[in-house]
Amino acid sequence: MISSIKIPAAPELTYLLRLADTCLILGQRLGEWCGHAPILEEDIALSNMALDLIGQSRALLTLAGQHSGKCGGEGYDEDQLAFLRDEIDYRNVTLAELPRGDFAFTVLRNLMLSTWLKLMWERLRDSSDAELAAIAGKALKEARYHQQHAADWAVRLGDGTDESRRRSEAALATLWLYTPELFEDDAVDAAATAAGLGPAWSQLHEPWLAEMDEVLGEAKLAVPPAPTFRSTGKRGLHSEHMGYLLAEMQYLQRAYPGGAW
Amino acid sequence: MSTVAASRIDSAWSTLNEVLDPEVPALSVVDLGLVREVIEHDDGLEIVLTPTYSGCPATEVIEQSVLDAIAAAGLGPARVTMRRAPAWSSDWISAEGKRKLLEYGIAPPGPALADGAVPIRIVGRRQAAVPCPRCASVHTERLSAFGSTACKSLHRCLDCREPFEHFKPI
Repeated sequence: MISSIKIPAAPELTYLLRLADTCLILGQRLGEWCGHAPILEEDIALSNMALDLIGQSRALLTLAGQHSGKCGGEGYDEDQLAFLRDEIDYRNVTLAELPRGDFAFTVLRNLMLSTWLKLMWERLRDSSDAELAAIAGKALKEARYHQQHAADWAVRLGDGTDESRRRSEAALATLWLYTPELFEDDAVDAAATAAGLGPAWSQLHEPWLAEMDEVLGEAKLAVPPAPTFRSTGKRGLHSEHMGYLLAEMQYLQRAYPGGAW
Repeated sequence: MSTVAASRIDSAWSTLNEVLDPEVPALSVVDLGLVREVIEHDDGLEIVLTPTYSGCPATEVIEQSVLDAIAAAGLGPARVTMRRAPAWSSDWISAEGKRKLLEYGIAPPGPALADGAVPIRIVGRRQAAVPCPRCASVHTERLSAFGSTACKSLHRCLDCREPFEHFKPI
């Protein structure tokens, strides 16, 4: 076993890690469907989307590793950041780390996060960081496709059979509790906005709700009431599920340090 | 000197024109629009590539095949740099590339979506049919939004009954 790397407490670095880790951890969860999806086409779709998300995360982690070197910490590469951090240094939203659940749960989470990511990438194309803007230009095309796919399925399941509707309603009720975290600002957003790095997350709330309204309306699913619960993954305080996910994801690099393909 | 440099760049382009994409071996990396620029430096050639999809597993293989081909052609030291912006678009596939795709049995992409906001399509609204690469019928349906690689979707012709792949417009 090797010890974990240290991450400097710098708001711009945290801003990048929140996005990079949300892509990474959602990608890890979608990858769990490989060989288990209800039909072959969806098995391929979920694995393809996992690949896109992990690819986006690789680019963002590389950028974050360079930022770490510039703001008083050590510089790291994408693999060190992906595999050698402690749980508290992962900054993904809690929504991304929840266990994959049934197919309705996966579809509705993908709808929420791909819509959020699409809106985020649209705005990050104007980032003051040229590399972040370039990553966003590429990722936007991918997120649009993911959102469209999730929306297609949300409508088929929500406006489908009694069983698919029951499962969709249950998934929506659970997932919705974790959505406020996607739209609440803190000092990290203030620093990112001041530096022109990217938008405060609160700016995505209105357009996100509008797009969710449109799809959920077509799916004949009621938008749940605004939750009072607040999840805290982006501050490093994760659900009990995160440790198990990391144990599986990090196992190989921890057991065989520096192992490569 | 400038003639020598120009001819080395020309030779590099014709060499790269023979480097096939590992996932779509009917097309070269030049046909696909992956090679953005070839630059002559004092210490060797620089080949600028733009990756297609963020998670495309073929990216590293392509980089190595490019370097191997340049070395095999005796064009001296070379390095590959990745250029992420502007993002790769299927519009960059050459007319020759689109013809080769069709011949290979993959329906070529139509024009890519505009860069601005794109409305969500709700299920049931018909998409423009992708013509069958075998019999050219437009009486086709999409079987799967995702195919064997990130860049393709899966379709079926309702006339000749053959399944086929479509290179997604992005």
